[in-house]
Formats: sequence, C-alpha cells, structure tokens
Amino acid sequence: MAKYWNEDIETMDYESMKALQSERLVRQVRHVYDHVPYYRKLMDEKGVSPDDIKGVDDLYKLPFLSKADLRDNYPDGLLAVPKSECVRIHATSGTTGKRAIAFYTAKDIDIWDNCVARAITAAGGTKEDVVHIAYGYGLFTGGLGLHGGSHKVGCLTLPVSSGNTERQIQFMQDLKSTILCCTPSYAAYIGETIADMGLSPDDLTLKAGIFGAEPWTEEMRQSIERSLGIKAYDIYGLTETSGPGVAFECECQNGMHINEDNFIAEIIDPDTGEVLPEGSKGELVFTSITKEAFPLLRYRTRDICILTRGKCACGRTLVKMTKPMGRSDDMLIIKGVNVFPSQIETVLLRDFGATPNYQIIVDRVGTTDTFEIKVELSDDMFGDTIKTIEALEKKLSADIQQILGIRAKISLVEPKSIPRSEGKAVRVIDKRKLV
Amino acid sequence: MTVKQLSVFAQNKPGRLSALTGLLAQKGVNIRAISVADTKDFGILRLIVSDTDSALSVLKDNAVVTVTNVLAVIAEDKPGGMAKMMQTLYESNISVEYMYSAFLNPSESNACLILRVDNNEDAVEALTAAGYKLLSQEDMAKI
Repeated sequence: MAKYWNEDIETMDYESMKALQSERLVRQVRHVYDHVPYYRKLMDEKGVSPDDIKGVDDLYKLPFLSKADLRDNYPDGLLAVPKSECVRIHATSGTTGKRAIAFYTAKDIDIWDNCVARAITAAGGTKEDVVHIAYGYGLFTGGLGLHGGSHKVGCLTLPVSSGNTERQIQFMQDLKSTILCCTPSYAAYIGETIADMGLSPDDLTLKAGIFGAEPWTEEMRQSIERSLGIKAYDIYGLTETSGPGVAFECECQNGMHINEDNFIAEIIDPDTGEVLPEGSKGELVFTSITKEAFPLLRYRTRDICILTRGKCACGRTLVKMTKPMGRSDDMLIIKGVNVFPSQIETVLLRDFGATPNYQIIVDRVGTTDTFEIKVELSDDMFGDTIKTIEALEKKLSADIQQILGIRAKISLVEPKSIPRSEGKAVRVIDKRKLV
Repeated sequence: MTVKQLSVFAQNKPGRLSALTGLLAQKGVNIRAISVADTKDFGILRLIVSDTDSALSVLKDNAVVTVTNVLAVIAEDKPGGMAKMMQTLYESNISVEYMYSAFLNPSESNACLILRVDNNEDAVEALTAAGYKLLSQEDMAKI
C-alpha cells in the first residue's frame, strides 16, 4: 500500500520546500500584480512592488487580505485569469454580501484533487477502496472536493451526497464502502442510525473516515471511531483557498499536515498583524502559491491555531497545524455551516423593517448541534392571535434557512428578556465545548 | 358597536400572570373579561378592562401589547342559547376566531360573550338584526 501520494513533496526537506515555495511565491506575486488591479492597488498603497518579493522571507512585506476584500470584490473582482480559462466555481454559504466565490482553472482543480488525494492516501486509501461521499454536493466544496480526490486516487467513488441516512447505510452494505467522507456530526449521526437499525460496525466494511468542515473534539473522534469501527481522520480547508485538502491528518492523528507546496502558512497576532514564531498560538494566514484563477495572498482565515514543524512519525515533513482552537471574528460554525450574526440581522431587518434584540444560542446535544434564535417581540410585530405569531416564527425560520441553509428554532420572547451586558444585548451564547 | 380588547404576549414562565395583573391592580383597573390562550412556549393574555387607556399605558412599558376591537354580545343563559347565536353568525358567513365569556351578568338569565370575528361590521349587523344586544365600552365599565 502506497504510504504517500506525492512522496517527494510530502517528505521533502525544509530547505528544498522553502526554495520551491519561494520560486512559486515570486511568480505568483508577479501574476496577481499584473492581472488583478485590486492587488496592484493594495501593494502600491503599501509601497511593495513584485521586485521586493524574492522569496518566502519577504512574505511579511505583502498586505493582508480578508473576507471584507472578497466582499468588496464580489463576484469576480479578484479573478486573475480571463473567465474563459475557468472551469468551475464554488462559493461559501451566506448572503450575497458575505458570500465568497472562488474560481478554478482546470489546473487549479487538478492541484486541489491532488491535495485531497494525499489526504485519502494518508487515511489508507488506494484504488482498491470504495469511497462513500456523504458531504453535500454543489456550491459547497465538501462533496466535489472529496469526489475529485477520490477519482484521482482511482477509488470507486460513491457520490451519495448528504441526507437519507438509511439509504446511505444500504449503499454502504451493498457496495461495501470502505472510506466515509462527510462532516463529523453527520458521521456521528450515521453511527447512531446504524445502532438504531440493530446493526453493528461488523455489518459494514468501513475502515476509515475523512471528516471536516466543522470543529470536532477528540471525544467525538473516539465516539465516531467506536460507532463505525473505523479510524477517523480530520481534514481542513476553506473555499477561499480551494476547499478541503489544504491540510489533512495522517495516521498519527495529532495535527494536520499543510500542503505547503501550494499554500504557505503563517501565524500572526490577530490584533497587530505581526508574524509569530513557530509554536505560537495565533491566526492562521494562507498564501496560495499555485492557484491560477483565484490566488489569495496572505488571506486571513480568522482560525486560531498553532503550527509545528519537524518530521512527523508518519515520515511527512509538511508543517502541521492544530485543529482550529477558536476564531478571531464572530463567525460560528453550526452543523458545518459558517454563520455570521450579521446574516441573521439582515433577515430580521428585512422581515421586521428594524433590528429587534436577538440572541443566538448554540449547543450540542449528543453529537448534533442545536441552533436557536431568540427574538424580542415588539408591539408592531404582535397581532393578537396565536396563528399570527406562529406565522411570524415560520416566516423567520424559512428566511433563516434560505440564507444559511440550516434550520434554526425561532423563539419569540418578551421585550427586555434577553440579558444585556453593559447595555448591549449578548448576541451569541455558544454552549458547545469544542476545544 | 365594538369594545377594545388588550392582548398581551406572555412567555410561559412562573410569575408572569401575577406580574401583569398586579400592574393593573396598582392602577385601580378592573378586569371585566379575561382569557389566556396558550402554546408550548408562550401565551396570549386577552383582557377587557374598565379603563383601557390607563391599562394600556402601564402594560406598554412592561410587555408587548396590542389593541383589538371585539364584540361583547348578550346571550341567553339557557340550553341552545349559544347554538342560536353561532347559527346566526354562520348563516351570515362570519367566522369566529376565538371567544370567551366576560365576568359580568347583565341579568339573571343573560351572559356576556366576547367574540373576535373576521368581520366586525357584518357581525354587528347580523346580530342586531337577529335581536341581540351588543354592549359598548361604557357598558363594560358600568355593568
């Protein structure tokens, strides 16, 4: 069984990797400066020219890019090649204002597929495997991302997508799925359903799972591994840089190897922007050095984590990141979906013509996230009959689902019943213990 | 002829009714009719009071309140009395959203019903034509 997908890259010594990254970075900076007016403007404003970037050590000179830049350039202001060269898009969840659209050339897709192929190989996958993909397909990068990597490895790929859990289990039994790819919470749910159906892990042929797109704990990993009889591997990525496969876990299960031949990772102080030394906890920043269509330089992920270098027991030399330990903004990940409180405000504003006081309450019952939005009712929202209130709850719930793609329980509450802190309503209560 | 009803949104939690009715007591407002409609998470307290304006001013600062025009109808307090009134409304194609009874008895043989219907004007016309007496806001305060 092949242990690595791209052995020369995955086990490359640091000096060679740095040389490779430097060469690619120099080319990439020139590419974006020449083709993306917005980048040119940012770099000119900072007084940096492509000639100042001679290698990885000069990376710190470049300006940062954040979600706000993506929003300002929606939909295609950051595109670095003609649209006719692109073959696909993906997009993050969210309102138009918050949505980021990523473009891909055929080569971008190929590189992405290779990154995912490394993850599948690290999870023990070969062309003999049957890869069962229960991530959603569509604009979300999970389904098609794992799909591409699985094709690349030559696995029999089952594009089952999410939902209809009993049918998923039927397929697993009939087609002898060996590797399951989905969100960890869905994996946990499949595990529970198997038990409910009176089946045991021995009735399945699964051996591994590749789970990502949402935070999960070590306890959750152990519970999934037990309920499905598998080894569970974490995978990390974000639509802005490509999708899942930016980093992946190996059999050591103690951090994710970053595909740093494609993505240079830095850790910064989220307040000052200062680059922090290896081993420090801070905000993860990525520079995509091989992407053609949508190359982001120094993109602030808002994920807080730690990077560590040094040869891993698996033999890989790729730098490792810890699981994200939190966020440096107010984004929540609920049921695998990115949720910003401002998106909820948008819906409230639209439905009520004003923003009432509200509170988001997230919890985890068993392995499933619960998502409740409390909204303080006001006189003009109240219409005397129960059916008008229920209609209001229903409308809000439908609008939230339309914007976020997930359901929230809407609770209309009395004025002033949401606790205030220093006069401001407490907007988010996250009771999940994820780190 | 309609009367003003106050509807108060109240979450299901201990002490809520006590607090709301306590506010009315402080203002010396008398409750002439009351009902509570409940769901799993919240209830709607509906009230007709002796002094709507002062009740509204005190409730407004403490709760979500809305004012609705409803009908206060005198019904015969005997078997078939309710059936006859409902038939009158049904024949005039009027839907009843909800109803409840008031605390006042205009006479030994009468009862007072509070009705929320889909069309007040048509309902008043139909009930009056059928010989029913409707009470005014002043009547509600006086009787």
